[in-house]
Amino acid sequence: MLQGAREAAGVPAAVLVAGYTGFGALAAGHGLPLPAVVASTVAVWALPAQLILVEMHTVGAPLLATVLAAMLSSARFLPMTLTLMPMMRHSRHRGWQYLVAAQLLSLTGWAMAMARFPDIAPARRLPWFFGFTLVCIAASAAATVIGYAVADAITPLIKIGLVFLAPAYYLLILLGSVRERATAYALACGAVAGPIAFVYAPQWSVLIAGLAGGTLAYLLLPIRLR
Amino acid sequence: MNTLEFLVLACALATYVWRGLGAAISGRVRAEGPLFTWLGCVAYAMLAGLVARIVVMPLGTLEATTLWQRLGAAAVALAAYFLLTRKNLFVGVIAGGLAIIGLHLL
Repeated sequence: MLQGAREAAGVPAAVLVAGYTGFGALAAGHGLPLPAVVASTVAVWALPAQLILVEMHTVGAPLLATVLAAMLSSARFLPMTLTLMPMMRHSRHRGWQYLVAAQLLSLTGWAMAMARFPDIAPARRLPWFFGFTLVCIAASAAATVIGYAVADAITPLIKIGLVFLAPAYYLLILLGSVRERATAYALACGAVAGPIAFVYAPQWSVLIAGLAGGTLAYLLLPIRLR
Repeated sequence: MNTLEFLVLACALATYVWRGLGAAISGRVRAEGPLFTWLGCVAYAMLAGLVARIVVMPLGTLEATTLWQRLGAAAVALAAYFLLTRKNLFVGVIAGGLAIIGLHLL
């Protein structure tokens, strides 16, 4: 567990801190209360869903639309848990521990675990994962508070830089994750659909852009790739 | 409990649906097939749509910047990430933040 914690306290935590500082500043800029913003980091623990939550709440989107958008934006957790959980299974662990591990999972933790697990004994993987992800969550929660707190104290200019960190983080993660044609098509279709949908239906735009852009991207794929 | 707090809780549960489902059925189901491809497309399109919208039509703090400043800063972040470093996310993100400050000062 300590091994995992040590490995998290470096570049992985630094990247998360940059993203979550921006998220904290962004939420402060929208005038949302700090406890709910930090609670979203700890409880939702999925920055895209949190970004959706904050942006949609600000435009006064219907509750159902926001929850549905947050849910669809988190669909990536299904293939992630499906691939990661079997690697962490060991007779020493109890069933509920996997359900806790699933809550702690994030893109960072998944990518690091998939890369490191071949070198870690199967019985030690789950403790390693707990150590790694708990440090990630703690660092992110602290960064959310710091981003929120300094957003009001700093000059408007610095605040602009801070708030821009969150979209920059996603811009790079999304474009950096393109390995398949489906991903590239989906990003392109979504990027066009997002602003267009926002003009016509701001409160439903995230959901509409995802369903319309995603389905269009899917239909554009050659049959063998579907 | 006010609306925002309820929303945070609801979003946490909505996110956990996939996490819990994945943990429960892992080992029996493989992450393949048309449904997974489509779900992946929708998830990526939704995020791309949101990020594009924040860059093109932001709310709050970023409204003080112009479209060209945001696009320029995005280009700097992409260049730092893909060209200057080998996909160093931290450098890319920080470069984006510094770039929008620099462009706003011009």
